[in-house]
Amino acid sequence: MSVQALKDLGENVVKALDPDVSGFEVKLGQLIVQARAGAIARVLTFLRDDGACRFEMLVDLTAVDYPEREQRFEVVYNLLSLTHNQRIRVKVATDEDTPVPSVASVFPTATWFEREVWDMYGVFFSDNPDLRRILTDYGFQGHPLRKDFPLTGYVEVRYDEEQKRVVYEPVRLTQDFRTFDFMSPWEGMTRLLPGDEKAEADEGEVPTGAVNTAGKA
Amino acid sequence: MAEEQTIKPYTLNFGPQHPAAHGVLRLVLEMDGEVVERADPHIGLLHRGTEKLIEYKTYIQAVPYFDRLDYVSPMCQEHAFALGVERLLGIQVPERGQYIRVLFSEITRILNHLLNITTFALDVGAITPSLWGFEEREVLMEFYERVSGARLHANYFRPGGVHQDMPAGLADDIWEYTERFPKFMDDLENLLSENRVFKQRTVDIGIVSKEEALAWGFTGPMLRGSNVPWDLRKAQPYDVYDRMDFDVPVGLTGDCYARYLVRMEEMRQSNRIIRQCLEQMPKEGPVMVNDRKVAPPPRGEMKRSMEALIHHFKLYTEGFHVPAGEVYAAVEAPKGEFAVYLVSDGTNKPYRCRIRAPGFAHLQGLDFMSRGHMLADTVAIIGSMDVVFGEIDR
Repeated sequence: MSVQALKDLGENVVKALDPDVSGFEVKLGQLIVQARAGAIARVLTFLRDDGACRFEMLVDLTAVDYPEREQRFEVVYNLLSLTHNQRIRVKVATDEDTPVPSVASVFPTATWFEREVWDMYGVFFSDNPDLRRILTDYGFQGHPLRKDFPLTGYVEVRYDEEQKRVVYEPVRLTQDFRTFDFMSPWEGMTRLLPGDEKAEADEGEVPTGAVNTAGKA
Repeated sequence: MAEEQTIKPYTLNFGPQHPAAHGVLRLVLEMDGEVVERADPHIGLLHRGTEKLIEYKTYIQAVPYFDRLDYVSPMCQEHAFALGVERLLGIQVPERGQYIRVLFSEITRILNHLLNITTFALDVGAITPSLWGFEEREVLMEFYERVSGARLHANYFRPGGVHQDMPAGLADDIWEYTERFPKFMDDLENLLSENRVFKQRTVDIGIVSKEEALAWGFTGPMLRGSNVPWDLRKAQPYDVYDRMDFDVPVGLTGDCYARYLVRMEEMRQSNRIIRQCLEQMPKEGPVMVNDRKVAPPPRGEMKRSMEALIHHFKLYTEGFHVPAGEVYAAVEAPKGEFAVYLVSDGTNKPYRCRIRAPGFAHLQGLDFMSRGHMLADTVAIIGSMDVVFGEIDR
């Protein structure tokens, strides 16, 4: 699929769905369309039914978390057209509180994918017929794929011989969780070097643990 | 005269540990007598947080996680990840590397289909196919072992090519194997294709229409079984699939038997592709990009060259940095469209690595496929869907 054909398709989609689709871009030979979250069902219905689009399969539905943005979640719909052998990616932005309309009525396959996004990110999909958690444990708290959810989690389970059942306990690590900062000071370093912030800190304030928790610079 | 009795619908819990569940599937079935009224699969019992873990690993460290998703077709999944990273980096794999990847993708497809068909037959009452099929699988896994050192979790396809060239003599042995494999397929077909019990259990069971297959996001043999000729190896070829001559089988009826037939024919086609790969493959040449910022230097060079040693150290601690961007890379895995949606922020770790597992969409369809069928048919449907929980739960 040539880039020009993708651009033409993107322009057509933007023109046809003017207020609901704000723009498009072609990156690495893939067409990406930004849409308004409230109108996602209309956008996907158009993409499925329009003769020039015919994206008849919703291959994937997922989300990406950008905590520094005001609308921190980006919900990503990957569609595939078997008729035209094309792919399109539709993105909408939302935050923790604003629900995104479900597209389960357009593509029934979205039901489970939305359940997964709800489970992993806590993005709420209004009108989803069955928005339960899907991958995590029964009674799980939190949304593990959010960037502010620690990799180690909060609880761990073990079988308790005395109580004869599985018990939940707070995570105890025998060794501190380590993230190594591989950002080289010689390239692309714009912020403080890890450790330099101690020069600014008050004398009495000693950072706990010797591990480098600065993360990505 | 006996009074007419009404049987109250009841709920049946199936699994999570059940030999016919193909892993840890807990199925809550609402039954009316022996007829399924609603199937509610509870998944996630094998959830290991792969996507989260990969966000904390460098790109090279992330590869072994892909072996552990669908653990019966490991290399195809590495392939999707490798393709995604290569596209972000903008690198081109050497020709021999591409051929080796296609060759082993097809060996993987045979491995996967052998396991699926034989255990499916086991579910519906035939033991012999699995005894025969597992023997063949062992031979193919020896090829895996010779090329990567591991029978199952290969970690062989890397961003930029494959880890090492094939050892001497392996190509000849694979060639020899492809010559006797069709005979085995004939034997397997003799056992199943016209078997009365097998047909009674699979024909007209779990019919999926073309429209349903598209709406529910089915891919791979689940889609082709419903008479949709769609194969990513043909439609959106990657590596050297565009040079391969093979047919895409489709089923006409969309039932469990059609899916079985599709998989059987796909194995024969895979055999053809393997032979073509061995014929066309350049006899020597690099198998990994010649870019020391992505691919590690050869072992011998490291013993002598300081620079090679530094490159090796940097690659296996820090890894390589991938330019910021996002890519959706899909391959035709044996189970369907397996894809990786990678978002990179320019560091040495993926910002987001979404794994699109075909089985996830297929299992969702279990509810509509098993409605109105008997409990025993549900088992046949699960078997024909080819679910593996490593990839569904991730």
